[in-house]
Amino acid sequence: MKVGAIGAVIVVIAAILAWRRSVAPRPAVGAPVDQPVPFSHKHHAGDDGIDCRYCHTSVETSAFAGIPPLSTCMTCHSQLFTDAPLLAPLRASFAGQQTLAWQRVHDLPDFVYFDHSIHIAKGVGCSTCHGAVDTMPLTSRVASLHMQWCLDCHREPERYLRPKSQVFNMKWQAPPDQRVLGKKLRAIYHIHPSSVLTSCSTCHR
Amino acid sequence: MLDLPPIVDRRSFMKLMSASIALAGGACTRAPLEPIVPYARQPEGMVQGEPLFFATALTRGGYAHGVLVESNMGRPTKIEGNPAHPASLGSTGPLEQGRILELWDPDRSRVIQHLGQIDSWENLASLIRSRGQRWQADGGEGLRILAGGVSSPTLLAQWRLLLEKYPRARIHHYEPVNRDNVYAGARASFGRPLEPVYHFDRARVIVSLEADFLGGLPGHVRYARDFSRGRRPEARSMNRLYVVECMPSITGAAADHRLARRSSEIHSLALRLAAATTGPVSADALPWVRSAAADLQQHHGASLVLAGDEQPPEVHALAHHLNEVLGNRGATVDFIALPVTTAQSNRDSLAQLVEDMRHGRVDTLLILGGNPLYDSPVDAGFAEALRSASVSIHFGLHHNETSRHCTWHVPAAHELETWSDATAYDGTVTIQQPLIAPLYGGRPVHEMLAALTGDFDSTAHSLVRNYWMGVFGNQQPEERWANCLRSGVVSESTARYENTQAAKAVVGDAGATAAVGTVPDPKEIELAFRPDPTLWDGRYANVAWLQELPKPMTQLTWDNAAFMSDALAQQLQVTNEDVVELEVGNRTLRAPVWVVPHHAEHALTLYLGSGRTAAGPVGTGHGVNAFALRTQNAPWFAGGVKVRKLNERYRLATVQSHHRLEGRPIIRAGTLADYLHDPQFARQESDRRAASLYPDVPRAEYAWGMSIDLASCIGCGACTIACQAENNIPTVGKSEVIAGRELHWIRVDRYEDAAAGAQRTLFQPVPCMQCEHAPCELVCPVEASVHDAEGINVQVYNRCVGTRFCSNNCPYKVRRFNFLSYSKEDAQSAALHNPEVTVRMRGVMEKCNYCLQRVVRGRISADRDDRALRDGEVVTACQAVCPTQAIVFGDLNDPHSEVRAAKGSSRTYTLLGELNTRPRTTYLARVVNPATGRDPSEDGGER
Repeated sequence: MKVGAIGAVIVVIAAILAWRRSVAPRPAVGAPVDQPVPFSHKHHAGDDGIDCRYCHTSVETSAFAGIPPLSTCMTCHSQLFTDAPLLAPLRASFAGQQTLAWQRVHDLPDFVYFDHSIHIAKGVGCSTCHGAVDTMPLTSRVASLHMQWCLDCHREPERYLRPKSQVFNMKWQAPPDQRVLGKKLRAIYHIHPSSVLTSCSTCHR
Repeated sequence: MLDLPPIVDRRSFMKLMSASIALAGGACTRAPLEPIVPYARQPEGMVQGEPLFFATALTRGGYAHGVLVESNMGRPTKIEGNPAHPASLGSTGPLEQGRILELWDPDRSRVIQHLGQIDSWENLASLIRSRGQRWQADGGEGLRILAGGVSSPTLLAQWRLLLEKYPRARIHHYEPVNRDNVYAGARASFGRPLEPVYHFDRARVIVSLEADFLGGLPGHVRYARDFSRGRRPEARSMNRLYVVECMPSITGAAADHRLARRSSEIHSLALRLAAATTGPVSADALPWVRSAAADLQQHHGASLVLAGDEQPPEVHALAHHLNEVLGNRGATVDFIALPVTTAQSNRDSLAQLVEDMRHGRVDTLLILGGNPLYDSPVDAGFAEALRSASVSIHFGLHHNETSRHCTWHVPAAHELETWSDATAYDGTVTIQQPLIAPLYGGRPVHEMLAALTGDFDSTAHSLVRNYWMGVFGNQQPEERWANCLRSGVVSESTARYENTQAAKAVVGDAGATAAVGTVPDPKEIELAFRPDPTLWDGRYANVAWLQELPKPMTQLTWDNAAFMSDALAQQLQVTNEDVVELEVGNRTLRAPVWVVPHHAEHALTLYLGSGRTAAGPVGTGHGVNAFALRTQNAPWFAGGVKVRKLNERYRLATVQSHHRLEGRPIIRAGTLADYLHDPQFARQESDRRAASLYPDVPRAEYAWGMSIDLASCIGCGACTIACQAENNIPTVGKSEVIAGRELHWIRVDRYEDAAAGAQRTLFQPVPCMQCEHAPCELVCPVEASVHDAEGINVQVYNRCVGTRFCSNNCPYKVRRFNFLSYSKEDAQSAALHNPEVTVRMRGVMEKCNYCLQRVVRGRISADRDDRALRDGEVVTACQAVCPTQAIVFGDLNDPHSEVRAAKGSSRTYTLLGELNTRPRTTYLARVVNPATGRDPSEDGGER
């Protein structure tokens, strides 16, 4: 009897864990993702200091931050590392011989409609969600992307807001009085009350 | 109690169940990884994730309708009207909305076929080359082209080139729904065929002799806008519409006085109307004639008489005469040179071609679009004659009835896949631009025709562009070309009004001519043919949206039927869905019966366009083929029909089975006189906002609301299909519609009821009412039905477990349930879907959410700029498409918003207000404008 009850509990827990695993966004948090070209944000954004928006051009104007067209890569790589074997897929794709298929690192479910532009406009920094991308040789995910994680900020955005001038600063650290600053910024940015931010229709439709 | 033997024993049951659970668990795999494929070079002007809109035009029968097509990352997904185009003014009809599904239709033909085998363009090209040498020698003897109505200036230039090269070649035209009568009528009056252009906004009295100007005539979307502008009771004066027709149409339903007559009787009625208008009104005239004549006499220069395509040329001539006498020419009607190049008589043009083919004078026939084997007159003998052409090339979107009997079939590019140009009802020209490269290897019509003249290299783009560069000359041609593409209109291309001589006096002596019109035997049953409101002549049969869009006057989907009045049904002792055999001449056709209120007695109507045998998996085998009874001499109505009841039933799929209001104030209506006497006439006791135990909805920055004006709504159904296109709503098929499972988020209810003193057809679009105290929300066990802060009742698909309690508790029945997996998952459907809207799965409830994706898009774009949303910045799909602007949507918190103004009207009422659900969607009462001093019961008798 006792064994049966324990067994049942174990089965239930295992089932829940299996289910959590199955609904967790892939790839896993912290796991670097294999890409056709081992693109390094650390090298480009960190070492070379290229602004995020040089490649992710629509991050301020569109829901989608934008994946750069290969012509963007070729602005430099038609001059630099022109015969590096690592870049062979890039050159072949640009010449129209194959398709370059990047693997998504941040893949939200299809019923979630995240909009980059409004977060940027309201003082949510890149690194708040994407972490220190400028230190990642291969990009990996730092946030769970669960709804709970989204709501954590939508309920109290003042915990994460920063001045607009710091949005693209990958090194930005929250000051000790973040809540005071956040409240001030929230008023300046005219951010909707949390009743709006936590409405289902804000992200789902 | 029954003692049933167990089907499986307990042990096997446990085994089965555990196996299924294990399998179900195994099937629960993780979502697939989705790669992102970057552009090599990003197209200019594109912002990733943001839609682009391109101005182009869609044609039917040659007549262009200007549209803006939404393109999401290169995929055309939605058609909107082009505000800059005179035929559209930002709206479309229901048929234009369906054209996007036609583009993506996976059943379109994909390969060139020769005698049923896959063949190549090279082989066809070499055949054309070898024939071309012969044509060069004999001047194109034996070369024939059969086309529909053509309004493309580039194509016409190519034709001139072809005829210069091969002077003995001939071009024929055949449109099954043609305007032969209109052109013949104009020729009788003015000596040459001209196209009438009407100005309904300037007409105070309109008399329609079976002209369906709200649903069928070229320019009908614009006409609906102009007509409804004159019907705002707030202006304290309204236009008045008189309609006489056989089969009820949406124009008839909009009429203030409607008379039901067989089509053949309308000529004599028109003569009597002319006599009464130009002379003294005889006392024994019909009240309809008396009243219309009196109104016409009082509105010189501000009235309009128009005749329908179905009416013989004499009736058109009579209408021209009346407009001339009443001083309406130049005021409410103008004439332009034909914007569409077609035969002066489609019937004769086709007959000539058949004659030539029979006598072996045709060796090569090119059929440009169209489907004459299906839709030509049954006695024209096209099918037999076609066999005598040694080479017949069918060029079209589908491998259809005709292409199966041609030696060659060439897939055509869709209008949204090619460069071309087209002319609208008023002569305005649009340069059509492609939204996407041909999906199925279709060939542009210009390239097909160029090939005939030996030009195998020119592209459609170069042909169209070169033509227009020639037109623009050296006056900034590049800028003008770019401007034309951006605006969707070639500037200053609208046709000049022709200076017509006074119409010939076809009514000389009013008294004497009144007797001329022949009145058929009153007991003889007449059969009328009408274009289908959603399938037209059958060309859209494979478009599932249009098959499932309820036809406005019958609420039928997926079928046509023999429509008749209740009186005739009783006389024939038949009821709905009984099958009858119709006999005209020596031809017979079996069709199910459908009783349509207000249909002319002793007449039957069949919609054309059903009963296709090779339309594709969607369109084949629905309804009966009315073309089987349509002859050259009786294209629109045929007398002497014998009807025999068969001992057979046929199930029809209707979306509404009850059409009486039963005394409930669901639709409120009054006359203009009522309104002027008491603007609050529509108010009722139940409208008072009662106290409620439920807490008030908290107020946010915006409070969304909608107002629907029933005085403007014409019931065309464009909102239903626009919503379907915008919100990824799947079709469900005939059997599911019969089961009541259609998914339209906004339906147009039709009622036949006494309104404003007379029996009238009443329309009411019903989307979700977005109740502030929503009954659906209280019963959902999983909070899938909840309110957002701005007052939209949202459905959270991921929470929904499909109890359907919400639908049971919804008094408006606007919630729709996915009983099965209706959404298709093929590549075409995925590409067509609006990326901003979730595709729902089986077991999920769905409903209107005020186009949430548009609201959010608007709000984000305003917030990004740190400003408030402007009124009119967020437009729902139904509002955008509505030809009469009956739907107004906006922010109720904004005191200056249009929707606040609409809701402030004294005509505002809430649907089922007594339930105190406090809907955010409200209605404006319908107002009609019957002639004063008339006994309203007369209308009942007339109808």
